[in-house]
Amino acid sequence: MTFTRRPAPHVTPTPNLQLVMRRVLYALIPGTTVYIWFFGWGLLINIAIAVATALAAETVILRIRGLPINPSITDLSAVVTAILLAFALPPLVPWWLPAFGAGLAIILAKHLYGGLGSNLFNPAMVGYVILLISFPIEMTQWIPPAGSETSNYQLGLRGHLIYTVTGNLTPELNIDSLTQATPLDQVKEGLAEMRALGEIQSSTLFGTYGGHGWEWVNVCIALGGLYLLYRGVIRWHIPVSLIASLISCAIIFNAIDPGRYTSPSFHLFNGATMLGAFFIATDPVTAATTNRGRLIYGAGIGTLTFAIRTWGGYPEGLAFAVLLMNAAVPLLDRYTQPRIYGHN
Amino acid sequence: MTEYQIYRGMTGGIRLAPRKELSTAFPINRDLIPNQLIIPMKQHPGPPAIPTVTVGERVRNGQMVGQSDSIFSAAIHTARAGVVVALEKRLIPSGTHLIESQCILLDVDTGATEESTERQHPWPDIHTNRLQAIRDAGIVGLGGAAFPTATKLDTKTICDTLIFNGAECEPYISCDDMLMREHSSEILLGVQAMIDLLNPKNCLIAIERDKPQAIEAMQTEITELGNERIKIAAVTIKYPAGGERQLVELLVGKEVPSGRYPIEIGCVCQNVGTAFALGELVSKAKPITSRIVTVTGKGVRNPQNVEVPIGTTIRELIQHCGGYTKGATRLILGGSMMGYAVSSDELPLTKTTNCVIASTDDEVRTSYQESPCIRCGDCAEVCPVRLLPQELLSPSKNFDFQKLDSLSLRDCIQCGCCDVVCPSQIPLTEYFRNARNAQHRHTLHQQLAETAQLRHTNKQERLKLQDEQTEKFRNDLKAQVAENSDSRQEAIEAAIDRAQRQRSLVNHKD
Repeated sequence: MTFTRRPAPHVTPTPNLQLVMRRVLYALIPGTTVYIWFFGWGLLINIAIAVATALAAETVILRIRGLPINPSITDLSAVVTAILLAFALPPLVPWWLPAFGAGLAIILAKHLYGGLGSNLFNPAMVGYVILLISFPIEMTQWIPPAGSETSNYQLGLRGHLIYTVTGNLTPELNIDSLTQATPLDQVKEGLAEMRALGEIQSSTLFGTYGGHGWEWVNVCIALGGLYLLYRGVIRWHIPVSLIASLISCAIIFNAIDPGRYTSPSFHLFNGATMLGAFFIATDPVTAATTNRGRLIYGAGIGTLTFAIRTWGGYPEGLAFAVLLMNAAVPLLDRYTQPRIYGHN
Repeated sequence: MTEYQIYRGMTGGIRLAPRKELSTAFPINRDLIPNQLIIPMKQHPGPPAIPTVTVGERVRNGQMVGQSDSIFSAAIHTARAGVVVALEKRLIPSGTHLIESQCILLDVDTGATEESTERQHPWPDIHTNRLQAIRDAGIVGLGGAAFPTATKLDTKTICDTLIFNGAECEPYISCDDMLMREHSSEILLGVQAMIDLLNPKNCLIAIERDKPQAIEAMQTEITELGNERIKIAAVTIKYPAGGERQLVELLVGKEVPSGRYPIEIGCVCQNVGTAFALGELVSKAKPITSRIVTVTGKGVRNPQNVEVPIGTTIRELIQHCGGYTKGATRLILGGSMMGYAVSSDELPLTKTTNCVIASTDDEVRTSYQESPCIRCGDCAEVCPVRLLPQELLSPSKNFDFQKLDSLSLRDCIQCGCCDVVCPSQIPLTEYFRNARNAQHRHTLHQQLAETAQLRHTNKQERLKLQDEQTEKFRNDLKAQVAENSDSRQEAIEAAIDRAQRQRSLVNHKD
C-alpha cells in the first residue's frame, strides 16, 4: 500500500483570504448604512461603479500578466479596495470619477507593483490622491448631511443616477446650491479668512462632537473596526497609536490656542479618521508588519494627518499621511524587528 | 483534587484541536508479537552502532546486538528471541526524515517464552557506575532527539531545575499521557534515579492541564514517594509548549541561548518516557527494547496505544490494530504538526517513534494552493521564537542565505504554527525547511570548493617551488659545466701545447 507524501504540518490552515476580506466587508455595513442615511444614495452608486471597474481592471491585467483569474478575483481584495475608494469620494460625482480612480488603484498602485501583497502604497489612497490632485473641483463638492439647516433639498436615487450618468441636474437645481463644504473645509477656509473658531463652528453643521452626520458615520465605522479587532482581522496597534497620536496633537495645540486649533473630538469624529484608523492604515500589505513598527506607523499617520489638516493645503490629510508612512514601511520593518528567542 | 501552579508565560503558540480521545479509550495494548524485527543500528545522533551478531546467529530477548564507543551513540538490544537472517541497509525513520541505516533483520521465534533478563543490567550501588549502566542499557531521550541519556546526565554544570516533559502538546499523540496514567511508579523510579545523579534544587514534571488523569496518577505517586523537591507543573494547553526550549521558558522564565543546550541556564529536560525506561532499568534491570507508540487516525480500525518491540514494522503494528480503514490515504510518523508523511509502511519503528497516524483525507490538509502573502503578520504573532515568517518567506523562496542569516532562520524550530494561521495558506514551514536544506548543501559545497581551492593553490605553490628548484639545479649545473669547460679548455690547450712542444723536440732530433 502506498500513501501520499505531503509536507508537515498536516493540520489544515483555519483562515483564508476570502474570509478575511469578507469580514472587512461585513465591518463596513454599519458605516455604509449611516453614510447613506445622511448623504444619500451617492455612496452606493459610487461603490457599484468602483467595484465593477476594479473587477474588470483586475481581470484584464491578470490576463495581460498571464496569471490565473482565480483565486485573485474571488479573494475579494479588489472589491475591498474599490469600496474603500468609494468611501473616500464625495457622494455626488460623475461616473467616470470612481471608475478612473478604481482603475488607477488596481492597475497603477496594485498590479504595476507586482499585484496583491507586493504593492508599496495603499491602492485606494493612491487612486483617491490622484483624483484629488487632478480633479479638485469634482473631488471637493460635498453635499450637506440630511437634517442640517443647509440641506433644504434631498436628491433622490433617481436624481443621483441622472447626475452620475449625465453630469446634469434637473433644470431647477444647480450644483453649487446643492453642495457645501465639509466641516474640515469650513474650518480651514474660515481660519484663512481670520475668523475665530467659535464663530466658524457655531453652525449646526458642526453637530455635537465634530460635524453633523460625520460624527455618526465615524462612530459606525469605528464599530465595524471593533468587529475587525474582535475577529482578529486587524490588531490593535495601528488604530490605537493613530487615534492616540491624533488626539495628543489636538489636545496640545487646542490647549495652546483654542481659538485657532480645533478640539480633539473634532479631529476624531470628522473626515476619514475612523475609516483611516480601522480600515485604511490597517491594510496589511502596505502597513508595517512588526508590532513596534505598527505603533510607529500609526503614530506617524496620526501626527501627519493632524499636521496636514492644520497647516497643510488640503482640508483632509489622512490619505497623504498614509501614503507618506507607506513609504517609510520598509525602513520601519527593518529597524523594529523583535528580539528573537535566545538572542541578546 | 489538588490545585497546581499553572504555567502560562510562553511566547507565541496556538491552540489546536487535541484529537487525543481517539487513542485514549483503551489501556496500553501489550500483546504485539511481531514476526520479524528490523533493528536499526542508528537510533541516535552519533555514528551507528556496530552489530555484535552475525547472520544465522540465535539471539535471546534483551541481548545486546549493537554497540558503540561514541558518547553520542547508544547500545542496541533486541526485544525478542530469534535468528538473525540478514545484516543489510534499510530506510528507517529518524527525526525529520528517512535515512539509510544498517539494520539487523531478525526472524522472531514467536513461540519462545520471554526469558528473564534479570541481572543482565543490574543497577549499580556505586554512583559512578550508574552512568555506564544507563549507557549499556541503550537509554536515549525518547522525546524525539534520541540523545544518549547518560551523556546528558554526565554534566559538570550545576543543574538547578530538572524538568520532566510530559506536556505532549502535539495533536493525536497520547503515549506519554497513557504512560503516566498506567506507570507512574516506574516513571517516579526513573525520576528519583536522575535526581540522585544530578542533585537538582527543583524537579518539575510538566503535564498539560487537560490531562487530569495523568496529573492525578503522578501526584499520588509523588505523595507516596515523599520527595518534596518533585512537583507537578500544569502547563497551558498551547502548542508547542512541549518543545524543549518553550518548556524551559514556561517553567523557569529564562530563554535557552540560541544554538546552546538548556544546561547553560541550569536546566536539564528529560522526557517522561525516558524516565520510565530508566525506571525499568532500576527496578527490573531491563535494557530498552520496546516503547509505547500511539496508533491513531481515522485510517486505522482500532486506534490505541501499543507497547511496540523496537524494530517492528509499521505494517505489523497497523495489522495488530485491526488494519487500515477504506479511506486511509496518508501515513504520518509523529504528530500532525511536526510528523512527516511516508509512502510505505515497510519501515521499522525506532526508539523515538512516538506516534503513527493513518489518516483519511478529511482530517488532514489536502489542498496546498497558496495565495500571495499579504504581510498580515499573524505568523509572527504565533511564532514561539519571535521570528518574522512574513519577512523570511521571500528570501527562502530565493535562497538568499545572507538575508536568511540576518533574520535568523537557523533558530526556526519548524513547529508549523505559522502555516496554520496563514490566511493565504502558504506552506511556510516547507519553504523554510527547503531553504535550510539548500543552505546546508550550499555550505557543504562552499566548504568543498574552498578545500579544492586550497588544494589547487597548494599544488600551484608546490609546482612553482619544484620549478624553481629545477631551474636552480639546472643553472648550478650549467655554471658548473661552464666552469668545468673553462678548465677543460685549458687542459686541452695545455695538452696541445705539450704535444706541439714534443713534436718540435722530435723535429729537432731529425
